[in-house]
Amino acid sequence: MNALVAIIRRDLLLAMRRKSEVLSALFFFVIVTSLFPLGIGAEPALLHKIAPGVIWVAALLSTMLGLQRMFAADHADGTLEQLALSPEPLGLLVSGKIVAHWLVCGLPLVLLAPVMGLQFNLGTGDLGILMLALLLGTPVLSLVGAIGAALTLGVRGGGVLLSLLVLPLYVPTLIFGAGAVYAQGSGQDAGGHLSLLGALLALAMFFAPWATTAAIRIAIE
Amino acid sequence: MKHSIIHWFKFSSPASFYPLAGRLIPWFWLLAAVFGLSGLWLSFFVAPTDAVQGEGYRIIFVHVPASWMSMFVYLIMAAWAGLGLVFNTRLSAMMAQALAPTGALMAFLSLWTGSFWGKPMWGTWWIWDARLTSELILLFLYIGFIALQAAIDDPRRADKAGAILALVGVINVPIIYFSVKWWNTLHQGSTVSLTKAPAMAHTMLLGMLLMALCFWMYAVAVALKRVRAIILEREAHTDWVKQLKEVVS
Repeated sequence: MNALVAIIRRDLLLAMRRKSEVLSALFFFVIVTSLFPLGIGAEPALLHKIAPGVIWVAALLSTMLGLQRMFAADHADGTLEQLALSPEPLGLLVSGKIVAHWLVCGLPLVLLAPVMGLQFNLGTGDLGILMLALLLGTPVLSLVGAIGAALTLGVRGGGVLLSLLVLPLYVPTLIFGAGAVYAQGSGQDAGGHLSLLGALLALAMFFAPWATTAAIRIAIE
Repeated sequence: MKHSIIHWFKFSSPASFYPLAGRLIPWFWLLAAVFGLSGLWLSFFVAPTDAVQGEGYRIIFVHVPASWMSMFVYLIMAAWAGLGLVFNTRLSAMMAQALAPTGALMAFLSLWTGSFWGKPMWGTWWIWDARLTSELILLFLYIGFIALQAAIDDPRRADKAGAILALVGVINVPIIYFSVKWWNTLHQGSTVSLTKAPAMAHTMLLGMLLMALCFWMYAVAVALKRVRAIILEREAHTDWVKQLKEVVS
């Protein structure tokens, strides 16, 4: 457990020392969501309709930006090999890195989303569901993304390849995440969508660290 | 082991599988031709014209087998990849790599013929139906697999990384299918229902099955052909490859 806390603290500390990388992903999220009204038109009813989808797609893309960083630097300077050699199970350490990634790239999106939602004319009920859906969904994005990040370690054209691998796997999260907000907006119960998001999260928490660990061992062998 | 007539593990070595694949390929081509010709004959000349859709429905004989094969090939590919990961056999990973382009082709063919079918029947090339959407995502998964394998220079690492991706994909395919299905029923007033299959004449079903068998045999033949090429490429440094007469000449 100490190792888990230590690796989270280390990754958060590293992220804080290089704030610009973290902030640029967040500003990317803000800019992308702000571009849609400019492209589509600022009619409030239309914006209200597209808001959940736009915010979720922007969240997917902005999480993608941070994924490459998750293991790349540690792979380049050999830290990853040291982690693999440590007496603590590698799966635990990998989980710690995923948690750190979520705290840096996912949690800020959850907190920023209501502000973007206001731009899109969402009501308070919608905003609450949007935050809840993002709270359940962004960890799935970090977990599934970690598999892709580990698979593309040190590979030519890793960034583009990563998005090719990971984005199709994000489809269920996108559907249920945006679906929850749509359901709330159209007067239905969002509970079903949120439960499914929770199920995805449980499944990803079980499988993803394991698959990521296997992928890392392949990359450093 | 001593009771078994054929020692199957013998063929897990590329050196002994290469000639076996070479001997098998013509037979699979032959089977593909037989099934294909009889299937096409049945579907074009014997199967009755559909009461609602007229002659246009006959594209079903290509479309449905291609969709079936696209999913089936993915399963087989993932199974080979998983075997390669567990037993660390080179040939399994080569089989997975050989199957991927065929699977991608089938997924593409299924989408292509689907939109050809959709245009006259529903008046549109594309609808965001659950099946179409999940087939499209399946195509993306195939392309991801091929791209990942192509991007990694070390073939052993490419095999293993591809295997993990294929296995992750296999877990995800049903999740994606059901999520897209629920998304579809929630978001769209059902524009067209693809799921209500009309009672199908027996000849139609038979034609479809024959065509599916033809596609299956074709997939096997092409995959074996491709795996032979992969074996030659990867085992080029070995003596047995250098002594092959197609290499010597």
